[in-house]
Amino acid sequence: MYRYDQYDQAMVDTRVEEFRDQVRRRIEGKMDDDQFKPLRLKNGLYLQLHAYMLRVAIPYGTLDSRQMRMLADIARRYDRGYGHFTTRQNIQYNWIKLAETPDILADLASVQMHAIQTSGESIRNISSDQYAGAAADELIDPRPWCEMIRQMTTFMPEFSYLPRKFKIAVIASPADRAALRWHDFALRIVRNADGEIGFEVYAGGGMGRTPFIAYPIREFLPATQVFSYLQAVLRVWNRHARRDNIHKQRMKILVHDLGQEEFSRQVEEAFAHFLSLGEDFPQAEYDRIAAYFAPPPFETGLDDTIDLADPAFAAWVRQQVIAHKAPGYAIANISLKPVGGIPGDISADQMDVVADLARRYSFDELRATHAQNLVLPHVRKQDLYAVWQALAAAGLADANRDLVTDLIACPGLDYCSLANARSIPVAQQIARRFADPVRQADIGELKIKISGCINACGHHHAGNIGILGVDRKGSESYQLLLGGSGDEETSQAKIAGPGFDEAGIVDAVERAVEHYRAVRTDGERFIDTYRRVGMDGFKEAIYG
Amino acid sequence: MRILTGNDLKSGAVTWWTGYDWSLHVEDAVDAGAEADAILAREAAARRVNNPYAIDGARTEDGRVRPAHIKDRIRAVGPTVRPDLMLKPADPGARDWVI
Ligand code: HEM
Ligand code: SF4
Repeated sequence: MYRYDQYDQAMVDTRVEEFRDQVRRRIEGKMDDDQFKPLRLKNGLYLQLHAYMLRVAIPYGTLDSRQMRMLADIARRYDRGYGHFTTRQNIQYNWIKLAETPDILADLASVQMHAIQTSGESIRNISSDQYAGAAADELIDPRPWCEMIRQMTTFMPEFSYLPRKFKIAVIASPADRAALRWHDFALRIVRNADGEIGFEVYAGGGMGRTPFIAYPIREFLPATQVFSYLQAVLRVWNRHARRDNIHKQRMKILVHDLGQEEFSRQVEEAFAHFLSLGEDFPQAEYDRIAAYFAPPPFETGLDDTIDLADPAFAAWVRQQVIAHKAPGYAIANISLKPVGGIPGDISADQMDVVADLARRYSFDELRATHAQNLVLPHVRKQDLYAVWQALAAAGLADANRDLVTDLIACPGLDYCSLANARSIPVAQQIARRFADPVRQADIGELKIKISGCINACGHHHAGNIGILGVDRKGSESYQLLLGGSGDEETSQAKIAGPGFDEAGIVDAVERAVEHYRAVRTDGERFIDTYRRVGMDGFKEAIYG
Repeated sequence: MRILTGNDLKSGAVTWWTGYDWSLHVEDAVDAGAEADAILAREAAARRVNNPYAIDGARTEDGRVRPAHIKDRIRAVGPTVRPDLMLKPADPGARDWVI
């Protein structure tokens, strides 16, 4: 894991003290909220429906037990005993007091964490594969590249006042577990014919009001030139961005307006310029950072079998455990989706349990996933039973990864000041409707994603079944979308028809699921069936 | 009726204008009527409260103030999905009052 050096630490500590002073002046009435807002947003502090909300960055979703314990501590001391993991591998606290925020940031800084660039028109937390460094199918660990990019882009003046927020993802596996092409700028690590490491580059993706799937703009970018290339992309965007129109400022609009070809042409032109400046990092710098991500000291000669005599444990293993690249090890997924719970929420006590498990059984490493779950990346297969028992005792052993109850939901109208409708109660009702594990297993992989407004924080555009909360004459209404995906076969969900009320949307989802069950062929997932048979049959089943 | 709301400066808690001060309880809200804008301007200038604004509300039959829009009703009592985190956790009717 990356550790701050003295410069990183000094920078983050200085930022905390700077913000302490800004908060003091705000509380003394020397600033109004219009003056204060840009300052608090630079530190991830929003004003939400009930209170201030603090968004803390978890770079590429990786954290250790000490950090997780601090997150628990913050939940306990400054919030109401829980935190909320989001689809961008961040954690949010919903009940923060302004006066206490500098202390929280100081506590975060003490474990090398912060909330810088978790808001505003900046390069946000860089996301990655939650199995990075552990996945059996990855080429190399993508996180050193995430970390390089993070270091190069944090506080960089040209990137501090971008036309809009900018989201980057980096992965290194053929399977996409990071919703790559839903990002503004996305990199997949590949090897060229000469065996060199480089990136397949995508640009112009994003959800929100105007969703676009990122275009491939480069088949192979030598890895060491990534900084020049990123600068080129941002320069082209900065030059043309519609700063006059808030709905058209995201880079996806520009890429779409210029067209993929013209955008690429301009990027290549700017790229040649940046390359000539020679600002790319030297190999030594990559080596220095990569050393932090050296694989943990895996034991060899471990037993590779798992005793599955206990059926509840076997069910959990089947659903939550994934192949690891080291023999004798496995990746264990922790569900934050108990049926009837709030997707992504976790109590301080549960965070402590997870921190303990990471320290004892996973080389002190944890991951947050874009599906609002957690991961223990390196567990010895023979320890899985003990891990499962501890998780079960903490109410964290649900075996529903990628099943119908593993819903993604944004906070919606229960917490968010931008929302049109509540998301969480819809997620809860759907999960309750499909609570029976036998029925869930029969339905198989099905990704349902719910947002409380067009901003799409709940990824509804990427839902096999997507649900969008809208305001219909002052009351909550829900649109049903079908056919979205955030995996390697990225697709955008399409609206099925007229919206529903809260009870109606749950019934509509059930009708869609039953239609799938009726027409699927052997081994077909929901999304496969939808792609094969198309919208019409589903529409008829849903609307009659 | 026009009622005034905002967030407390230090804590961020949702507050309601009572005619002379701010309260955490929507029941204490009064009709600001035609004076709403003047009060808002004065309170914003005094910088005791964050982002104050006026909303429509009505009195229920039992005399309680109820904001017109669901969003403000959720603001008034807390998230409908965590009864334990609502302003009055013991009130079993709170969720129904919102919806
Ligand atoms: C409650 C506070 C939040 C606020 C005020 C907020 C605000 C927004 C806004 C304004 C957008 C649209 C941006 C654009 O398209 O230009 C957006 C998009 C998004 N937000 Fe949030 N959000 C919040 C919470 C969350 C949470 C809890 C999550 C994760 C569960 C999240 C993840 C996302 C994602 C993934 C997008 C889609 C971005 C894209 O690809 O275009 N946000 N948010
Ligand atoms: S999608 Fe809308 S309602 Fe949901 S968190 Fe984002 S901004 Fe809020």
